[in-house]
Amino acid sequence: MSSPTQPAQYGFAERWLPRLVLAPSFLLTLIFIYGFITWNGYLSFTSSRLLPSFNWAGLTQYHALFALERWWVAVKNLFIFGGLFIGGAMAIGIALAILLDQKIRAEGALRTIYLYPMALSFIVTGTAWKWMLNPGLGLEKLMHDWGFTNFTFDWLVNSDMSIYTVVIAGLWQSSGFVMALFLAGLRGIDDSIIKAAQIDGASLPRIYWKIILPALRPVFFSTLMILSHIAIKSFDLVVALTGGGPGFASDVPATFMYAMAFTRGQMGLGAASATMMLMTVAAMVVPYLYSELRRSRNA
Amino acid sequence: MQTLRITLCAAAMTVAFAANAAEVEVLHWWTSGGEAKAAGELKKMLEAKGDKWKDFAVAGGAGENAMTALKTRVVSGNPPAAAQIKGPAIQEWGDEGVLTSLDDVAKADGWDKVLPGVVINTMKYKGHYVAAPVNVHRVNWLWVNPELLKKVGAKAPTTWDAFFKTAEALQKAGIQPVAYGGQPWQDATVFETVLLGVGGVDFYKKTLVNLDQGALKSATMVKVLETYKKIKPLTDKNSAGREWNLATSMVINGKAAMQFMGDWAKGEFLAAGKVPGKDFLCVAAPGTANAYTFNIDSFAMFKLSNKDAEKGQKDLASVLVSPQFQEIFNLNKGSIPVRLGADMSKFDECGKQSAKDFAADSKSGTLVPSFAHGMAVHSATQGAIYDVVSQFWNDDNMTAKAAAEKLAVAAKTM
Repeated sequence: MSSPTQPAQYGFAERWLPRLVLAPSFLLTLIFIYGFITWNGYLSFTSSRLLPSFNWAGLTQYHALFALERWWVAVKNLFIFGGLFIGGAMAIGIALAILLDQKIRAEGALRTIYLYPMALSFIVTGTAWKWMLNPGLGLEKLMHDWGFTNFTFDWLVNSDMSIYTVVIAGLWQSSGFVMALFLAGLRGIDDSIIKAAQIDGASLPRIYWKIILPALRPVFFSTLMILSHIAIKSFDLVVALTGGGPGFASDVPATFMYAMAFTRGQMGLGAASATMMLMTVAAMVVPYLYSELRRSRNA
Repeated sequence: MQTLRITLCAAAMTVAFAANAAEVEVLHWWTSGGEAKAAGELKKMLEAKGDKWKDFAVAGGAGENAMTALKTRVVSGNPPAAAQIKGPAIQEWGDEGVLTSLDDVAKADGWDKVLPGVVINTMKYKGHYVAAPVNVHRVNWLWVNPELLKKVGAKAPTTWDAFFKTAEALQKAGIQPVAYGGQPWQDATVFETVLLGVGGVDFYKKTLVNLDQGALKSATMVKVLETYKKIKPLTDKNSAGREWNLATSMVINGKAAMQFMGDWAKGEFLAAGKVPGKDFLCVAAPGTANAYTFNIDSFAMFKLSNKDAEKGQKDLASVLVSPQFQEIFNLNKGSIPVRLGADMSKFDECGKQSAKDFAADSKSGTLVPSFAHGMAVHSATQGAIYDVVSQFWNDDNMTAKAAAEKLAVAAKTM
């Protein structure tokens, strides 16, 4: 039991200790994230080539970037990949979660199986799928060996389709994770609401569509946030699976940025593309944060 | 963003290790079999001169990873003594103001007399030697499995007509004519070889060295592109992303008859115990017998703050160009010495042929820098043209005319 004078002493520590403990990480974040974001932004306005330089070049790098076909291919691929990856992972994840929620046998084992791909790194996923999708090594060869000689599946080496192989591998990796998030959400819903709806004569699909999924709104938002940042920064999966190829057909902005800044000696252009990526993320995250913060203030 | 941040972290960390010097630190990517052996010889020779060798080997990506490492070191103000840099990249680094002059070594060892003119030009920045050359690779080779050609009664083709005729015969006999690796640099390697064979030396210089807009859009270029694309049906579907040495092993194992590749491919044949002239043939690619696309490896030397290390750096430059090192290194690497009139008696048929052609083409002015291997234009332009060539190769809907227009646009990249 403490004497009445002690709280004042604790008060000093209580007030300063958290700040002292947080200071190093705060400082590091300030320098290594925000400081370098600013520096990158500055570099995008310079004529930097091999090494960073400080010759002001105005918007030249952005003009060059927007005139480059490869950049627009990368942007288009990001939208194809992002759209299909986020939409697909959500759809598959929700479907799996609902099916697993039907009080089935061996649910624990099934859940682990679906969640397991998440434990792999994208490099492993990419390499494994590269082998499976390679026409002379994987699926196509297997079908040929089984006698289906007309079967072709050459998306990996077809410049129009290679980005979709990235989608396939991405879905395989992330759907189980989405399933886990939604399963947790489903378990959190009060049974009595569902029972009440059943008494009112609502069918099962109707219950899911009108009651349960709307109640999972917060899960939707957090899943969307996680999946979209995975989509935008996707780099390792593309590098391992297609190497951005054939040619640059499956390039995404992250691989584009790396190629320009680090292998082609066009650091200014790379910095400009990195800034564009940051702006894309900001355009999605800022309105969301704004609405969330406003809601919590109003609450 | 992420990568940039990591790189900068790494840069900050290397500063901390900067104190330890007085050694000659050499950045290279000679990490595979014969190359590593060659690097070992260099170390021995340097130590014989009383210098300490500090290995800074960064493997992978045809030097891409090494370049990234080098940039962080230079940005942090702690460059290695020497780094494997070649072609116009030497000028790019010169523009950054970080290279040191080797004029005194060059004068003492008489580089002006023993090196060919084209090599000297590449090694100099604004009239001063800043780099030391180690070898010459020839890029426009065709590697042939003679046994497979014998099956269809053909000889190694010397013209494009003969090449496609032979290929057709091979295909009919159920043999894959061409082993191919579908990576951008390999696409570009085959493209420049076709361009040299179809367009000739002058056209090559106009397009891939001087980036002449008219020539890039010309009818000749369309013909070059069409010829290039005609090779695609001769390859297999799985070529996308294949490494060059895997393609070479297809020729070695008799799975494919021919491969377009530089003379580093020879190392793979020799390592498999094959004898040049008997088990495999090296011939100039069709239509390029009287031309030579060269790829010269060299070491650029950086300005150092430590005087002791500078002495080692000069010794290194001297050793690199010395006849002893040139011979032993190139025997291991598959290339030929860069010195004119070097003793070739220990080299094999392919090496002797390469040296003979190098000297002859040096006289006749038909020595051209390899575009695909960063000898002709700056990395940004090179990359932009790589993109078009790879896209054309992979996209079966793109016409040769459209590709030529795109090449002209890409050539404007500065």
